[in-house]
Amino acid sequence: MLTEAPPSLAPTTRDAPARREPRFRIAAAWPYLLVLPTVVGTAFLLVYPLVRSVVISLQHFRIGELIRGGATFVGLDNYREALGSRELWDVLLRTLVWTVVDVVLIVGISTLVALMLARLGKRMRLAVMSALVLVWAVPVLAATTVFQWLFQSRLGVVNWALTSIGLDQFDGYTWFADGVATFAILVLLVVWQSVPFAALTLYAGLTTVPDELFESARIDGAGAVKTFRHVTFPMLRSLFGLITSLEVIWVFKCFAQIWAVSQGGPDGATTTLPVYAFQVAQSLHKYDLGAAISTITVLILLVVLVPHLRHLYRTERAEA
Amino acid sequence: MSRRALRALPLNLAALVVLLASVFPVYWMVATAFKPTTDINASTPQLLPLHPTFEHFRTAVGVDGFWRFWRNSAVVSLGAVVLALVVALMAAFAVARMRWRGRQAFVLMVFVAQMAPWEALLIPMFIIARDVGMLDRLSMLTLIYFMATLPFTIVTLRGFLAAIPPELEEAAQIDGASRFEAFRRIVFPLLAPGLMSTSLFGFITAWNEFAFANALIIKNQDNRTLPVWLSSFGNVFGTDWGATMAAATLFMLPVLAIFLVLQRRVTGGIVAGAVKG
Repeated sequence: MLTEAPPSLAPTTRDAPARREPRFRIAAAWPYLLVLPTVVGTAFLLVYPLVRSVVISLQHFRIGELIRGGATFVGLDNYREALGSRELWDVLLRTLVWTVVDVVLIVGISTLVALMLARLGKRMRLAVMSALVLVWAVPVLAATTVFQWLFQSRLGVVNWALTSIGLDQFDGYTWFADGVATFAILVLLVVWQSVPFAALTLYAGLTTVPDELFESARIDGAGAVKTFRHVTFPMLRSLFGLITSLEVIWVFKCFAQIWAVSQGGPDGATTTLPVYAFQVAQSLHKYDLGAAISTITVLILLVVLVPHLRHLYRTERAEA
Repeated sequence: MSRRALRALPLNLAALVVLLASVFPVYWMVATAFKPTTDINASTPQLLPLHPTFEHFRTAVGVDGFWRFWRNSAVVSLGAVVLALVVALMAAFAVARMRWRGRQAFVLMVFVAQMAPWEALLIPMFIIARDVGMLDRLSMLTLIYFMATLPFTIVTLRGFLAAIPPELEEAAQIDGASRFEAFRRIVFPLLAPGLMSTSLFGFITAWNEFAFANALIIKNQDNRTLPVWLSSFGNVFGTDWGATMAAATLFMLPVLAIFLVLQRRVTGGIVAGAVKG
């Protein structure tokens, strides 16, 4: 990658000679000037809020401090309070269940859909792919609104369908009053929204695997499962890794869907870690405790992120 | 039926199931929006809107503030996209075309920023916005969306830039063009499609954002954006599901239009961005 033009080729300008000298120095500063806005933006809008969050988590910062200022440092008190409450551990466990269930379903279904796409005829494949792109295009808030309508107790089409196949207990069933039912609907919603990206990405990866490999596996007498285990999966291992870690991150920190549908209810049945942090801060005005929970969230995310970032960094270095 | 078609039957049935499961919720939203209220309230749901009506769209659009919220969303999203585009173009040029100390560290910073846990920043952002008097302001949302889309924009633009041979600019510079002029005349036109699709993805991100709009616009309800307004549909429309679905459809429409424009680029672009980092 060529960068600066050699000095001899630099365009000659009719600038006064006096300005030549500083111009040369400015040329060396150009890249730094060009990335300056990005660095400044990141510093103020990303690094500062993150640092501020950690600082608040080490302070006593409630409604009084919010209005008057003058928060005092209390060490790790907020973390002690958070980790000492049963509620947080319930929320953590729920978040774990939420993440595992969602990610297993997303990756499992997406793999099946991708494998299916590869085998479909041209026209059917185009139809399914268009449908997936359509779902991908649905805004989160439009989707949450529609799912609330689908599962409406009285006029919802789901209750009608379940009743008409003989499950009479769903006649007028109020899904959003029951914790497990609401949790299940949110899982369904998030899986429905996440499969398109994962399936289309996996399918794009599948098309890069040379046909000869599948052919030789078939000649060797490998069935569909064996072919997947010994050919497809090893070839796409890094892509599977990437998709799984991305989905873990997205599902784990998922907020909008849960907040819009249930605000963490009913009775806390859908309160995951990010929802819990926001509740504690906004409803109870315990900004310090909320910040501590947020920091714990970030630390957990880091555990997932670090291998992913290391992978990115290595490919970056290999390319450079 | 031939044997081959018979063998392909389970596969095609599975495809049909995927197709229906994907499309049905979207279809139901649009169908409900077009059905007259009597049909919506029928005890047996009607699968097709046999008596299509624009009544619900009229209700949704006629609700006090709909256009204001629509405009707020558009202003915030466009502002964030334009800002991100300009800033990212500068950074992407420095990364793709110049060699300087700290370049690798900068790229790493962009990667890390791309993975930023935004949902965990709701509380400090609220407090910072309050401290600097930016609470209830659309400009605060614009800044946050700008930062949220910036890393992705840099990474993709850098990819597009790297695909344009630097020899083209060098040739122009030999012919006497300044570096800036070479960029503007040679690179920029080639980059235009990349700029277009990148900015559209940024627009969608900002247009859809809910968490910050919900947390930072509190007192001045006039400054709400469409997603937040839609989330409170119960207060706006009560149990008028026709109008609610019409509003959701109208909210989705710009995004759908963008996806149609980008159809081909969608998978390729996202995959390139995601896999290459």
